[in-house]
Amino acid sequence: MTWLTWRQFRGSAAMTAAALVVLTAVLALTGPGLADRYAAGIAGCVNDGTCHEFFDRFFDDHQLAFLALTLVVLILPALVGLFWGAPLVTRELEAGTHLLVWNQSVTRRRWLAVKLAIIGLMATAAAGVCGLVVTWWSGPLDRSAIPELAQMSPLVFSARGIAPIGYAAFAFVLGVTVGILVRRTLPAMVLTLAVFAAVQIAMPLLVRPHLMPPVTGTFQLNRENVDAFHLPRGGGPVEVFLRTSAVPGHPGAWVLTSELLDPSGRTIAGTERSSGPSATIARAIPVSTTSGPCAPATGPPNANVCVVEINRLGYRQQATYQPLERFWPLQWIETGIYALLTLGLTWFSFRWLRRRLS
Amino acid sequence: MTAVLEARSLGKKFGRHWALRDCTIDIPAGHVVGLVGPNGAGKTTLLKLACGQLEPTTGDVTVLGGRPGSTPAQLARVGFVAQDTPLYAGLTVAEHLRLGARLNPRWDAALARERIAQVGLVPTQRVGKLSGGQRAQLALTLGLAKRPELLILDEPVASLDPLARREFLQALMEATAEHRLSVLLSSHLVSDLERVCDYLIVLVDSRVRIAGELDRLLASHHRLTGPRRDPDRLPADQHVVSARHTERQSTYVIRTDAPIHDPAWTVTALSLEDLVLAHMDRRPEQPRRDVLEVRR
Repeated sequence: MTWLTWRQFRGSAAMTAAALVVLTAVLALTGPGLADRYAAGIAGCVNDGTCHEFFDRFFDDHQLAFLALTLVVLILPALVGLFWGAPLVTRELEAGTHLLVWNQSVTRRRWLAVKLAIIGLMATAAAGVCGLVVTWWSGPLDRSAIPELAQMSPLVFSARGIAPIGYAAFAFVLGVTVGILVRRTLPAMVLTLAVFAAVQIAMPLLVRPHLMPPVTGTFQLNRENVDAFHLPRGGGPVEVFLRTSAVPGHPGAWVLTSELLDPSGRTIAGTERSSGPSATIARAIPVSTTSGPCAPATGPPNANVCVVEINRLGYRQQATYQPLERFWPLQWIETGIYALLTLGLTWFSFRWLRRRLS
Repeated sequence: MTAVLEARSLGKKFGRHWALRDCTIDIPAGHVVGLVGPNGAGKTTLLKLACGQLEPTTGDVTVLGGRPGSTPAQLARVGFVAQDTPLYAGLTVAEHLRLGARLNPRWDAALARERIAQVGLVPTQRVGKLSGGQRAQLALTLGLAKRPELLILDEPVASLDPLARREFLQALMEATAEHRLSVLLSSHLVSDLERVCDYLIVLVDSRVRIAGELDRLLASHHRLTGPRRDPDRLPADQHVVSARHTERQSTYVIRTDAPIHDPAWTVTALSLEDLVLAHMDRRPEQPRRDVLEVRR
C-alpha cells in the first residue's frame, strides 16, 4: 500500500519539494543580509532615538517580499486541501479504480489509513518547513512592522510559527472528507476551499481573541496610541485620532478593542463627522481651543502641551489586547485546536468510507 | 462442497429505489455461473454485494462462508473485475502487476508474467494507451494472479469487439479449468454466457427469476405449440414461463420435470437464449382482469 501511495503521489510530492527547496534556498541566501541590515540600522538609531523612522523605512523597503511570503504560507494549506485532499478519493471514484484497489487483499480502512498517513505527513512537513523558514526570514521585519502587520495581527499570526502545520493537516483531511461526501472532484475542491476559507476567517475573528482571556488596560495618551490631534482654528472641541492597533508599552500587542474614556471613566462615543486616518477612531474632547494649552491661536500649535493637559484632565485610552508574549502559547493552542478538528474529520471519514461509499 | 454464495432475502436500496430485493439464492462451488438479465436488473448490485463493495440494506450474504469484504483474508479469497475494467491510466502494465504483488499475499507472480506475455502486453506500456481488449486481459490477469477461490466479473466483455470477446472468454475458461476456481460473471448477452457457463441465474426487475444448472434448466424447459388453450387447463406440474396466443393457436414455454404426453402439443427444445428471453419476457400477472372475468 505504501508503494502504491507513493507511486500515485510522487509527482506532486516532487513538485512541492522542488518549490520548497527553491523557496528555502532563496530565503537562506537573503535572510542573513536582511538580518545584518536590521542590526546595523538598530545600532545607528538607538543613540539618537530615530528608531521609529528606521523601522518605517526598513519595513517599507521590504514590504512586498514580506507580504508575498506571508501570502504563500497562508495559501499553502488551502492548496494542500484542494489538490491533495479533495481528489484523494474522488479521483478513484471518477476513474472507477476504487473498484480495483478496494478489491485487492487490503481493506479500505487500511487503504485510507496509509493514504492519510503518508500524504498527511508530507502536507504537514511542507507547511511546517514553509512556515518556519518564512518565520525565521521575516524576523527582522516582524520586529519593525507597522502595528497592523505585526506578528500578532490576524493575518501575519496565521503565517508564522507552527500554526500552518495545523492548518495544512486540517485542510488535507477536510478535502478528503468533503471528497468522500461529494464524490466528484471539482465540486469537492470548490466546497473544500469555501469551508476552509470560512474556518480561516472565523478563527481570528471569533475564536482566537478568546483562546486566552484578553488583558484590559487603561493608558495615558501619547505618541504610541494617538495618531494625531486636530485643533480646530475656529474653536470647538479637540479631535483625537486614537489608534485601534497599538497600546503604549506593549509593542507588537494585538489590540482587540480601543476606546477613549472621559475623566469619569465613561466611553466617549464617536461623532457623526468623525473620520481620521485608517486604523484610528476619531473622538472629540471638550477642551477649550480658544484659550489655554490647546489653543493654537495663542501661538504655534503645541500638541505636546495639549497632550499633557488632556492627560492631566483624566482622558485615557482603554484597550483590551493580547500581548506579544502570548504569541507562542496562542500558536500552540490554535495548532492544538486544528489538530483536534483534523482528528474528528479523520474519524468521520473512516466511518463514512466504510459504511456509505461504494 | 460448500456454497460459494449464499444470500438470504438480500436487498439493496439506493434512495427510494430498490436495486435488488428479496434475493435468496445458493450457488454451489465449482461452477462458472452466468448472471443474466436486462440492463438495470440489479446484476452489478448483486456482484458488488458479493465482493463487499456494497453493504446490504436488508438480508445478508455470505461468500465462501464469510462476510464479503470484511477482512483482508476474505478479500484475498474473492477476485473482482469490475465493469469496464477500471485500471490506473497513468501506471504501466508492470506497475499494475507490482500493485497486485504488493497488495495480495497470495499473488502468483509467475502466472501474471506468463499471462502478460501470452496476451502480448508490453510491461513498460502505460495502461492509458491500451485497447479495450488489452485492458480487459490485464484486469483478468490481476484477478487471476491474486489466486482467488471465487472470481467475480461484471460485464467483462461488454465493451469488447467480437474477436477480443472470444479471446477473453477463452482465456477465462482455460484459467478456470487450470486453477479450479469458481466464477461468477454477469452479462446481458446470452451468447457470451452460453459458451462458458454451466450455471445460470436470471435476474429481472431486481428479483431472481430462476437459478440452476444450465443442463437441468435446458432439460426442464419446453416450448409447446398447439391449438389455443387456457393456461389453467395445463397439468399442475407444468409451470408456465411465458404464453403467446393467437386466434387459434397457443405457444407456451413451460418448466416441468415430468415428461409431456399430451399429443395435441408440438414439443420443441429451447435454446439458452430462448429460455432466458422467455423468463425476461414474462409479464406480471394481471389480477384485475381476472376478477372481471370471474364476475362475468
